[in-house]
Amino acid sequence: MAIERFPIEAGHVMMFARAIGDPNPIYADAEVAAASEAGAIPAPPTFVTASAQFDPDYPLRPKSGEPWFGSGREATGAKSSGGGGEGAGGGGGGGGGGTSLHAEQHYEYHRPLVVGDVLHARGRKGDTWEKQGRSGTLKFTELITEYLDPDDEVVITARTVAVLTEGPK
Amino acid sequence: MSVSAASLKAGDSRELQLVDDLTRTQIVMYAGASGDYNPLHSDEKFAREVAGYPGIFAHGMLTMGMTGRVVTDWFDVARVTKYGVRFVRQVWPGDTLTATAVVDAVRDEGGAHYADVSITTVNQDGTTVLTGTATARLDP
Repeated sequence: MAIERFPIEAGHVMMFARAIGDPNPIYADAEVAAASEAGAIPAPPTFVTASAQFDPDYPLRPKSGEPWFGSGREATGAKSSGGGGEGAGGGGGGGGGGTSLHAEQHYEYHRPLVVGDVLHARGRKGDTWEKQGRSGTLKFTELITEYLDPDDEVVITARTVAVLTEGPK
Repeated sequence: MSVSAASLKAGDSRELQLVDDLTRTQIVMYAGASGDYNPLHSDEKFAREVAGYPGIFAHGMLTMGMTGRVVTDWFDVARVTKYGVRFVRQVWPGDTLTATAVVDAVRDEGGAHYADVSITTVNQDGTTVLTGTATARLDP
């Protein structure tokens, strides 16, 4: 996964803060934010997951003219391959033999992320391991994503652990 | 609004109700803002008939995002240096979630002061849905 340009925009931060139910005015009011330590509207701690919006290949977003695995006339628009995949947002799913779920998410913040920053991201595979669960073997995969500023300084390091189960719990 | 190391000790805690009666609409808001449009989180027909779940459920990242408030309301968001979670149980529409953060340690590292906290989010039945940890930089 690579994201070439992820601009941190005020409207996007406002929408994201609303969606997580955080009424802190620091996420919507530039004057409040200017007087805060960050000096500008900061991104909430989990905001970089929304970089999915800027990933042209993100699999968990319907794309014009392409089949989508959610329901329309039928319960699913994809017959077997599912539409799931790994990504910084986690998730997966679909009509295949198992379901990919988000097991863990970890962030390390090297400096505050604020509106006006423009990031790019690069991901690499981490470890993989297996565990025996109630309904069979659980396969874990790790994805490390670095979010960098234009000087290639790492702003946030993200570690995503996804688990592929053999069916719903 | 930053917190001083002198005013904080291990065992100090904060509790915050994150949501009362989580709505499907809020889950849809989160899909739109985050960009994760997995139909497991918005499409009842798909979630039941194709994926085999009792219905749609919240993105784990929505629970993580909501839980982050217990840390950012306490320590300034600009002071958070680490935040990580494990998703323990699914969160369903109608759930009421409460997060608790407990200070594990107040420590010095490289001349700076930090608090390490443990976080637990439970639903209305007291069942843990998420556990995590965070670190925040403190004033002296």
